[in-house]
Amino acid sequence: MAVEILKEKYRSQVREVVLGATKDEGGTRSATIKVGGESTLPFLHFEGEVPNPPVVAMEVWDIFPEEWPQNLKDAFGDALNDPAAWAKKCVEEFGADLIALRFKGADPDVKDASAEDCIAVLKTVLEAVGVPLIVYGCGKLEKDNAIIGPIGEAAEGENLLLGVAEQENYKSVASAAMAYKHSVIAQSPIDINIAKQLNILISEMSTPLLDRIVIDPTIAALGYGIEYSYSIMERARFGALNGDRMLGMPMIGNVGHEVWSKKETFIPVDEEPGWGDQAERSLAWEAVTAIALLQAGMNILVMRHPQAVKLVKQNIDELMQDNSY
Amino acid sequence: MIIIGERINGMFRDIAKAIREKDPTAVQEWAKKQEAMGSGYLDINVGPAVSDRVSAMRWLCEVTQEASKLPLCLDSTDYDAIEAGLEVCKQPAMINSVPAVQEKMDRVFQMASKYNAEVIGLAMSEEGIPKDAESRVALAMELVANCDAHGIPISNLYIDPLVLPCNVGQDHGPEVMETLRQIKLLSDPPPKTVVGLSNISLGTKNRELINRIFAVMAMSNGLDAAIADGCDEELIAAVATARIILNMDIYCDSYVDVFKNQNL
Repeated sequence: MAVEILKEKYRSQVREVVLGATKDEGGTRSATIKVGGESTLPFLHFEGEVPNPPVVAMEVWDIFPEEWPQNLKDAFGDALNDPAAWAKKCVEEFGADLIALRFKGADPDVKDASAEDCIAVLKTVLEAVGVPLIVYGCGKLEKDNAIIGPIGEAAEGENLLLGVAEQENYKSVASAAMAYKHSVIAQSPIDINIAKQLNILISEMSTPLLDRIVIDPTIAALGYGIEYSYSIMERARFGALNGDRMLGMPMIGNVGHEVWSKKETFIPVDEEPGWGDQAERSLAWEAVTAIALLQAGMNILVMRHPQAVKLVKQNIDELMQDNSY
Repeated sequence: MIIIGERINGMFRDIAKAIREKDPTAVQEWAKKQEAMGSGYLDINVGPAVSDRVSAMRWLCEVTQEASKLPLCLDSTDYDAIEAGLEVCKQPAMINSVPAVQEKMDRVFQMASKYNAEVIGLAMSEEGIPKDAESRVALAMELVANCDAHGIPISNLYIDPLVLPCNVGQDHGPEVMETLRQIKLLSDPPPKTVVGLSNISLGTKNRELINRIFAVMAMSNGLDAAIADGCDEELIAAVATARIILNMDIYCDSYVDVFKNQNL
């Protein structure tokens, strides 16, 4: 007797968001990237469409990343002193689909770099690589609100993915996106209700922004509550596929940022002999965290270690193989 | 629960006048208004006073579709009028309605199959509306069997258990709730369910209150759709809230607005 394969039919699909803009579209990128558009759960090609593969963005800072573990720094060498060279290396040597530029130096407690300083760095990176860019501030609200407008203006038309809008602080980022044609990362603290509400708040400022929002559900590293992130993402996906327009956006996860601050990535083997070699362990920690999130529906992974990126990209290629029958 | 907005009905004076004078203004205003408040379908009924129901139905469907992208629910006992409407519908419509009477089912399910339409089936026969849930469910099963015999997916069938005003047929209330629950056991996938919401409150003094309480009670018993006043703010808010409590929508602070704006 023939076995009938049960297939779920969903009412709706994830929104498709375009990142970057080519010359014809008002930017300077050599190509744009599309994320989202799935009409089924992750990689169930037999059931629906997964038109765009998940992508990997590699993190580049405006300052030398002193706090990174040595094996992570070693992977990039001298390039870490020059954001443009660093970005170029990520794209040309390590196959990054996008660059996530983090203005760590803007932090008043680090270097207090001005908006002009940030813009200068942004311009060199835009010149050095042709891939679309994600831009993060330093993480201190007041400073980020002050620099995000000028940064957005200086890169008008590039369709950067600007981070981050939060429930209590979304207007400056959303305004910059609205005024200068960029996209927005809407970040919520592992809370599906706030994720949805934030999208509503942003869309109330400008309805067309609905198609330019990427949700950051806030992810945790492996061993630090990744299952909470996983279940929030899963719920958002079911919502999206069942017609919830306010949760139907692609998702982004700050994998490198979460993973490389955890002790499993930097404690040397002589302190924890049972944990195994630190270099190998750390990049495995980043890769496995990313791979778990892919299964939950992550569209953009922001990562750090080139070896981990390589493993994840290989996994994406395998997962994107057609499994329809 | 999907709201089938009931306002485009020749029983209302402005719609009757619109049909008579072939002036689409009022029809299109109500179409837009109901769509903007979250209705999922627009009921189209030419009303009792029209001489040529066929051409009136065709006209109503045409002008409504100029103003709204919602699917239509063609509401008439005159199946020629319904067919005229189906011919001009730009997307699959809903036929409202057919009782469990063989020759009527033959005609309606044939049309539904031809036009890929959904069907509202009434749990009543020549003998009228049954008193208890068992008899209602038996008629629902006849509708399911006929629907299936025409190769129409059962999920395209909406069974109406038929509601009587609560001041007249008070004992029908629990039977309707029981029927709603049992209909979901008839097949897999089961048929959907629908009620004419305002029937429950006919002749009472608290119509809107009774309507919305009935709506949320019926929803928790499995009601999928209701022909209702799609502009009743309190009803919309109650339905949106029931959807949250039943875990049909994901909560957020603006959930009522999200429900209302679903067509935007």
